[in-house]
Amino acid sequence: MYDKLTSGTIRQDFPILGRQVYGKPLIYFDNAATTQKPHQVIEAISKYYYEDNANVHRGVHYLSQQATNAFEDVRKQVAAFLNAGNSREIIFTKGTTDSINLVAATFGRMIVNEGDEILVSAMEHHANIVPWQMLCEEKKAHLKVIPVSDSGELDLEALVSLLNYRTRLLAITHVSNTLGTINPVKEIVAMAHSKGIPVLLDGAQGVSHMPVDVQDLDCDFYCFSGHKLYGPMGIGVLYGKEELLNRMPPYQGGGEMIDQVTFEKTTYNELPYKFEAGTPNVADVIGLGAAISYLSDIGVENIGKWESELLDYATSKLKQIGGITFYGEAKHKASVISFLINGIHPYDAGVIIDHMGIAVRTGTHCTQPLMDRFGISGTIRASMAFYNTRSEIDGLIKAVEQVKKMFR
Amino acid sequence: MEIKETIDQIIGEFENFDDWMDKYNYLIDMGKALPLIEDKYKTESNLIVGCQSRVWLHSSYSDGKILFTADSDAVITKGIVFLLIRIFSGHTPAEIIDAQTEFIDKIGLREHLSPTRSNGLVSMIKQIKLYALAYKTQESLES
Repeated sequence: MYDKLTSGTIRQDFPILGRQVYGKPLIYFDNAATTQKPHQVIEAISKYYYEDNANVHRGVHYLSQQATNAFEDVRKQVAAFLNAGNSREIIFTKGTTDSINLVAATFGRMIVNEGDEILVSAMEHHANIVPWQMLCEEKKAHLKVIPVSDSGELDLEALVSLLNYRTRLLAITHVSNTLGTINPVKEIVAMAHSKGIPVLLDGAQGVSHMPVDVQDLDCDFYCFSGHKLYGPMGIGVLYGKEELLNRMPPYQGGGEMIDQVTFEKTTYNELPYKFEAGTPNVADVIGLGAAISYLSDIGVENIGKWESELLDYATSKLKQIGGITFYGEAKHKASVISFLINGIHPYDAGVIIDHMGIAVRTGTHCTQPLMDRFGISGTIRASMAFYNTRSEIDGLIKAVEQVKKMFR
Repeated sequence: MEIKETIDQIIGEFENFDDWMDKYNYLIDMGKALPLIEDKYKTESNLIVGCQSRVWLHSSYSDGKILFTADSDAVITKGIVFLLIRIFSGHTPAEIIDAQTEFIDKIGLREHLSPTRSNGLVSMIKQIKLYALAYKTQESLES
């Protein structure tokens, strides 16, 4: 399998990678924003609509039962993928943002009171800041922030000192979408737990790069999105420890999440349905299942290994150009490179790189506080996936050299 | 020169460019060459929202005409802003309000700029027209 990555033949699974932009072959380096989908995923979704579409958990008819079984099989598959204790701990959501909002609106409201604190870090995506900020505003609680070092690593000493008797929750990213930093989340969870503080991990950038074992990490919540895992958009996962999920009030009300409804009183369904009001996104759950099967066939370890080779290659090539400032030089990094070409605005660079057929992201990457921390208005971010190649990196290097020439 | 004439002139200039790189080199040259605004006008209130780069737009009004000065921290954006100033500065509020802005398509800036970026361009034009509207209202109150 690994040679399919090194040789680039794996690219044949991704129809979109064969297309051109501006008459040039597409080089896609915006994988931290969303990953491309293998035909296995696209076909699973269309097969579902062509042949298997029915609402789940409702009818006794054949199609409904078949759809229900397929839907619940993916839940088991996700549980195995994260090594969750059981599939009742897997809640389907719209995505990471939705998962975090669910926890803030239920668990957060349940445990946070006036004067309490929620701890996040300076490298969080807005999705892991704003829901907590809104909760703090509602409850008159305080949002506290773990600082980030110049190399883009969490200040663990500060973290320890910020964990106190008022801290109700630590919400932190597994991997930084902007810096690529892989945080030592297992150690962090242990630090928080030693003070009885629960931990939510934002795994949006984590699951696609490395195996994740929620029991080993011992985190209380883990969130990720399907579309950053080579699966469809609009589907995500919240893993929560069963004991916590049981204690939490429901999120949205509606069908599916109920047990008995009368106008006097409604009793709620059991896990995981308590948190899945309304008809779920069945087709995209099926697509997510196909994505996980596809990744498991390649092996997430193989993926991590190849991506780390690409990261090393791209970093050293960019360093050779000179006049580049890197943001995020942590010891443990996923395949994300944020940089600036000295003296050139990232927007200017982005326009030119784009015209050379290369998709990179420029701007703040939904991490404005982190940009403020580094005193910059944005970066150029190249985020690589296992289907990227060394020659594509050479293309990026050529584009960066072109930018330097044009703006000299 | 009337607004329409300037627009036609710019369209003509852009027709000479064979490929995108020439076009951007032109915008970059424009952007680099021109100090467009006095530093004291680079204020928070003159910032245009909706652009990935920062754009400051300042207006002043005399003898019935609006003068625009502007700047941006990105060079390409500055080049684009320069085009807008060339078109709109020195005209009456009514002329600016009535001006057609389809030229963006004709010079291929919309096709080459992604929606969010061209929203930035749209925001700039919107802001220019808003200033014109404000001065026009002021004119009618004073007359």
